[in-house]
Amino acid sequence: MISLSSHGLRSSSDPSRRSFLITMLGAGVMLGYAKSTLGAADVMLEALSTHTARSAGDLFEPTIWYGIDPSGTVTVNIIRAEMGQHVGTALARIVADELEADWRKVKIVTVDTDPKWGMMMTGASWSVWQSFPLLSRAGAAGRIALIEEGAKLLGVREQMCTARDHAVHAGGRSIPYGEIVARGNLGRTFTSEQLNKMPVKAADKRRLIGRNTLAEDIPSKVDGKGRYGLDAVVEGMVYARPKVPPTRYESKVVSIDDSAAKRVPGYLKSLALDDPSGTAPGWVMVYAETFIAANKAADLVNVKWSSGKAATISEVDIQKRAAELIADPQGGSLLVDDPGVDAALASAKQKIERTYTTSTVMHFALEPVNALAFEKDGIFEIHTGNQWQTLILPVLAKALERSQDKIVLRSYLLGGGFGRRLDGDYTVPAALAAKAIGKPVKMVCTRADDMRFDCPRSPSTQVVRMAWGEDGRVTAMDHHAAAGWPTGVMAPSFMPKGTNGVPYDPFASEGANHWYTVGMQRVRALRNDLAEETFRPGWLRSVGAGWTNWAVESFMDEAAHAAGVDPVKFRLGMLDGAGRNAGSAPNSVGGARRQAAVLARLAEKVGWGKPTPKDVGLGIATTFGQERNMPTWTACAARVRVNRTNGHVRVEKLSLVIDAGTVIHPDSAEAQVEGAALWGLGMALREGSEFVKGQPKDTNLDTYALLRMGDVPDVEVEFLPSTEAPVGLGEPAVTPVAPAIGNAIFAATGARVRHLPIRPQAVLVALAHGS
Amino acid sequence: MTTFDLNGKTVSAQSPDDAALLWVIRDELGLTGTKFGCGIGFCGACTVHVEGRATRSCITPVAAVAGAKVTTIEGLDPTGNHPLQTAWLELQVPQCGYCQPGQIMQAATLLKDFPNPTDQDINAVMNGSVCRCMTYVRIRKAIKLAAARMRGDTGHD
Repeated sequence: MISLSSHGLRSSSDPSRRSFLITMLGAGVMLGYAKSTLGAADVMLEALSTHTARSAGDLFEPTIWYGIDPSGTVTVNIIRAEMGQHVGTALARIVADELEADWRKVKIVTVDTDPKWGMMMTGASWSVWQSFPLLSRAGAAGRIALIEEGAKLLGVREQMCTARDHAVHAGGRSIPYGEIVARGNLGRTFTSEQLNKMPVKAADKRRLIGRNTLAEDIPSKVDGKGRYGLDAVVEGMVYARPKVPPTRYESKVVSIDDSAAKRVPGYLKSLALDDPSGTAPGWVMVYAETFIAANKAADLVNVKWSSGKAATISEVDIQKRAAELIADPQGGSLLVDDPGVDAALASAKQKIERTYTTSTVMHFALEPVNALAFEKDGIFEIHTGNQWQTLILPVLAKALERSQDKIVLRSYLLGGGFGRRLDGDYTVPAALAAKAIGKPVKMVCTRADDMRFDCPRSPSTQVVRMAWGEDGRVTAMDHHAAAGWPTGVMAPSFMPKGTNGVPYDPFASEGANHWYTVGMQRVRALRNDLAEETFRPGWLRSVGAGWTNWAVESFMDEAAHAAGVDPVKFRLGMLDGAGRNAGSAPNSVGGARRQAAVLARLAEKVGWGKPTPKDVGLGIATTFGQERNMPTWTACAARVRVNRTNGHVRVEKLSLVIDAGTVIHPDSAEAQVEGAALWGLGMALREGSEFVKGQPKDTNLDTYALLRMGDVPDVEVEFLPSTEAPVGLGEPAVTPVAPAIGNAIFAATGARVRHLPIRPQAVLVALAHGS
Repeated sequence: MTTFDLNGKTVSAQSPDDAALLWVIRDELGLTGTKFGCGIGFCGACTVHVEGRATRSCITPVAAVAGAKVTTIEGLDPTGNHPLQTAWLELQVPQCGYCQPGQIMQAATLLKDFPNPTDQDINAVMNGSVCRCMTYVRIRKAIKLAAARMRGDTGHD
C-alpha cells in the first residue's frame, strides 16, 4: 500500500520556512502544512498551523488536513467544532473543489485534540475565513502532486494532463486518484514561496464552492442518532451533579451535610473538589450510580459556604461602576485617538451626547454543560463538546497536575455553542471529580447549575458624542464603551494594544471603531473591574459587537434626526471610503464603500422612505460585523408595530443584505444569517437578566425569556455577489438587528429607547417623554 | 419497576417510580435521541409521544407511563423517513440539532390534529419548543411541506 505523509522528514533549521509536504509512508496520501514560523501575513493562519508540541523529537510532524487512500476516499480532518454552522461541510468543500475531488468520495472527520493540529478554536466567526487560504492551497497542492504522478503513470507529460472528477486525464485516457495513490510514487515538497503562489482556482472555475449540498452533519440530527457530549458513555462510569457555590470566585466550603441524601438509592458520596487551577473554587460534587439519583441527592445535600465579596454586588453596582469609569477621562485603552476631538466638541455649532446600556445576557445553550472524564492507559480523556480545546488544555493540566500531552479532549456534537463552549471551564470539575473518586465520572449540570456557572454577556454602558461644524458637517465623534472583558479574563494574550499602549479586548470594543468618516474620532474601551470580580464575562454570539453597534447605530439614527437628515442618506454620506476607511487586501477590499453598497441595496429593497401605517415603523442599521480586520458588511431593516397602550413591540419583518465576500455553502450561510438575526431580535426584545448579589437572577425558562415560534417575523436575506475573501457569517447578522428595531420604534412613534432589552415598560416611558 | 411499550418493544425499567421518563429512556434504556434542555417542561427538547400525544418526558414520572405506548424520535418511523424527517432534511432545518428530535416529535402531533396547519396553529403548538439556534423560519416551512405531502398535495408552498 502506498501512502504519503510527512513522517521521516527533518524539520527545516530555518524557522521562517513553512513547507507543504507530500511524501511516502503510512496508509494513504496525507497532505498538510509543515509549520514553522510564518511571516506577518496572518497571525491566525500561523496559529492554525503552529506545532504546539514537539514530543516526536526531531521527526517533523506537520499539521495534516486530509488524506487520500488507495480506494480514492478523501478524508478531510476538521479541527472545528460542529455546533450548527455545518463547518465540516464548508471546509471539506474548499479542499475538494481545489483538489477536483468527487464530493461523493469525500469523508469528514471531526478530530480529537492532538498537538499536531495547532490551535483548536471555533469562534469569532473565523473558521471559513481562517481556513480558506490554507485549505484551498492544500487542495491545489494535492491536485498538482496527483497530476504529476498521474502523468508518469499514464506515460505523458504533465502539461498534457488535467484533473477533474477525482481522476487525472490526458488525451482521452484517465487514471483515478485512488489508483494513483495505489500505484504511484507520490513524494513532493512545496516551499512556502511555492505555496503562496499556489494557483488556486479563479472563482468562475469553482465546482463546489458557491453551490448547495446537504450538509454532512444534518441526517444524524433528524433521526436521533447524533452524538452530543450528553450522550457520551463509558463502561463503569458513575454520575455526578455539582453543588454550585454562591459566588463564582472566592467561595469556600465550610461544611457538607449529606445525611438526607443517604436515603437516595444509588447515592455514593459528596466531595468538595480541590482545584489547583482555581476554575471551580468551592464546588462540591454529588456522586451516584445514576443521574436520576445524583440529581435527587444533590437537592438533599446541604452545603455551607463562605462566599466571596461578589455576594454583595448586583447589576446596578456594575453599571454604576461603568459610568464612573467613563466619567473619568483617564484610564482605558484608546482604539482610535485623533487629535482635536475635545476641541471640536467644545467649538461645535451643534452637538449631541447619548448614553446606551445593555443588560446581562445568558448563553442558554440548549444542552446544559456536561463532560465525561476518566483516566485510561495514563491518558486523561475528556468527552465533551467544546469550542476552544487548546485554551482549556493548559488549565486542565494545572487542575489535574499532569502534562498536557497526558490529556485528550474527544470531540462530540455541540448542543449549541454561541461562545459558551469557548470557555471549557466545565471540563475542569468533571475531570477533578473523576480524579477524586478514581472512576469515570459523567458530570451533568442541570439547567440552573448551567445558568449559575455561565459566563454571560457582560452588561455594558456606553457614552457617545458627535459634533457638527459651521457648515453642518460632522466634525468629531467620541465613543466610550465599558464592560467586563471576556478576552481580558480568559485569553489576555489575544488583546492588542491601543494607541496609548494599553491592551484592549477587541471582543468588548470593536464596532465602536466603525467605518464612517466622522472627522476627528476617539474610541475608548474601559474594562469594568467590578463586573469581572462578580462573574466571568463570556464571549456570547457577536460578543462586544452586539452592544457597541447598539450604541453606534442607535446613535447614528439620533444624530441624523438631530441634523435633520434622512438616516440612510446621513449614513451613506459618511460611508465614503476615505482615509482609514478605504479598506485593504485581502479582507476589507473596498472598505466602507461595500458597507454603503449593502445599505443602499437594503434601502431599495424595503422601499425606504415610503409611508407606513399608523404605529408601524421601519428602522435601519448597518454594521461591519465584528472586526475591522474581517468585516462582514451587514444592513438590516426592521418593520415593527408598536402598541401605544401597553408598550408591546411586534417585529413584523426583518430584511437583511449581507456582503460576506465569497460564500462557500450558500444554504448554510443563509441559515447562519437567519439564526443570527433572530438572536439579535431575541436580545432586543426578550432576553436579558441581571446579577443580584453575585448570581444571575434567572436560572431557567420559568423567568428567562427566549425567542419562540410565535415571536418570529418574516426574515428575508440577500447576499450581494462577491468574489472577495470569504469572511465570517455566524455572528455578524446579530449586530444590526437591535438598533434597527430601536430605530423602527422611533420611526413608528417618536419614542427613543436606549436600553437592551427593550421592555414594554421602557417603551411606555419613552412614549410619555417623547423623543 | 415500570413496564411499558417503547417504540414497539415491551421494556421494564428498574428506575424508581418518580424518576423522570427522560432519564429512564436515555440512561437506563439507552435511547439518547431524546434530549435534556430545561428539566421543567418549558423547552420541548425532551418531547416524546405517550399514547400518541406529545409529552414532556423530563417532567413525566416513569410510573405514569406504566402500560402505555411511548414513542421516541428513534421510533417515529421505522426507517427514519417520516414526512417531517424528509422535509427537515430537504430544507436543511437543523443547525446544532439538539432540539430537533423534540421539534419533530411535537410537529408530528401537530399534523395529526391540524393536517393543514395555519401559521397560528403552528405558533400555538410549537411555541413550547425552543430552538436556541433559531431555526424557526425553516421549522415552519418544513412543517408546511410535510403537511402538504401527507395530505397528498403535490405543490410546494
